[in-house]
Amino acid sequence: MTAGLLERLRAGQVLVADGAMGTMLQERGLKPGDCPEAVNLERPVVLEEIARLYLEAGADLVQTNTFGGSPMKLAQYGLDDRTEEVNRSAVEAVRRAVGGQALVSFSCGPTGRMLKPYGDADPEEVRRAFCRQLKAAAAAGADVVCVETMTDLGEAVLAVEASKSAAPGVPVMATMTFDRTKKGYRTIMGVSVAQAAEGLAKAGADVVGSNCGNGIDNMVEIAREFLRSTRIPLLVQSNAGMPEMRGGRAVYGETPELMASKVAALLEAGANIIGGCCGTTPAHIAAIRKAVSAKSPGR
Amino acid sequence: MEILASIVQSLEEGDEETVSELTREALGQGLKARDILDKGLIAGMNAVGVKFREHEVFLPDVLLSAKAMNAGMKHLKPHFAKEGVPNIGKVVLGTVHGDLHDIGKNLVSIMLKGAGFDVVDLGKDIIPEAFVDAAVREEAGFLGLSALLTTTMPVMKDVVDLVKKRGLSGKLRVIVGGAPVSEDYARQIGADLYAFDAASAVDRLKAAVGR
Repeated sequence: MTAGLLERLRAGQVLVADGAMGTMLQERGLKPGDCPEAVNLERPVVLEEIARLYLEAGADLVQTNTFGGSPMKLAQYGLDDRTEEVNRSAVEAVRRAVGGQALVSFSCGPTGRMLKPYGDADPEEVRRAFCRQLKAAAAAGADVVCVETMTDLGEAVLAVEASKSAAPGVPVMATMTFDRTKKGYRTIMGVSVAQAAEGLAKAGADVVGSNCGNGIDNMVEIAREFLRSTRIPLLVQSNAGMPEMRGGRAVYGETPELMASKVAALLEAGANIIGGCCGTTPAHIAAIRKAVSAKSPGR
Repeated sequence: MEILASIVQSLEEGDEETVSELTREALGQGLKARDILDKGLIAGMNAVGVKFREHEVFLPDVLLSAKAMNAGMKHLKPHFAKEGVPNIGKVVLGTVHGDLHDIGKNLVSIMLKGAGFDVVDLGKDIIPEAFVDAAVREEAGFLGLSALLTTTMPVMKDVVDLVKKRGLSGKLRVIVGGAPVSEDYARQIGADLYAFDAASAVDRLKAAVGR
């Protein structure tokens, strides 16, 4: 059995997270327009297979297929009344696959609704939605909650707070997605890295950071900015660059070798957990694992 | 004319209440609804659009300004019935089938309305037939397609092909955009126009109607 996330971070270990989920599901039959989380109900064996691939690649944290598992998001597919089942099944599948050799990291993405006053979503309604999802996560035994791909700090804070109340005792990581702008790195909602670091920490996040985005070079700079703003452990999960369409398929330009070659810079910038996002594969994670182990022994 | 400058300023600040009041006041002063729209609401929205592109403001500011614009429009609408509806072109807009992401598409809709286009927003997860049928029914000159996912981008090609198949090429021009969409991709699938972001959608469509 692995030690808990915070214990390992406190001991100074650098951990490796896993890579993309969506593309792995598509390769296994998920069609555009299908609800990705419906796989949790229909074919959890696919989730086990993907989790095993990332475990074998050397991931210390393996993510659940629950990015869109809040009842607000599931409602778009008419699956909101099965919220508990959708989220429980995903946690159980990863746990079966990793068998205690990696931490089960519970993915929690945005609701897809814009909060008032910019949109029509009531903050308390959003909080309740996250609470319901994360209560199911805790009940199913998730080791870590990973709030991710957030662009609105208000929504990210609601998710972190919901995790603290609905899944007490489970560490929470929270990452936001930044673009490079003339005003430095900002989310599309205008949140700077410093604002994200401060707001997420205040909400109670145990780990903060950045995911998705426009390639790993940007991530190195974003990590440096986080380091200037906070002492909280840092999680970085980069896309393998921006997708290009070739023959009707999305191709991501950054190879496992290229991403792995940036590990040293990420570690220098203060990253404590390194994984991948869109376009990354078990091969990317294996390369990152190798680079991390070479630089930071003691796994 | 001072009041129009105040409308522009309040709209840029996203001050819904003040824009609403000032619009009513401007009508009370006898200004034409058309002028209030062009030199007040549209001018303000354009300024916000430029600032958004320059990263001086971000999405929340644009959304608040859009709300303010709508508040002003409510007062103007009854007058357009008499003066004629301002309209520099009609655009049918939506996110393609399989894709439920509409923040970008909504932004394009706001900015196009702000620039004086007549916009019919079909929403998200729209199948090719529904796009083309709506464009024909609405007698639109443009079809705007949005996609966030690399997996749903190919649906854009289906729409372009259907426009050709129905013999609408030239009459109905297709503009595509969204995070993973590139100018290259737009060319590959035979789309007429490409927009990098909401502001460039406005620029490209204005250029296309000769504005």
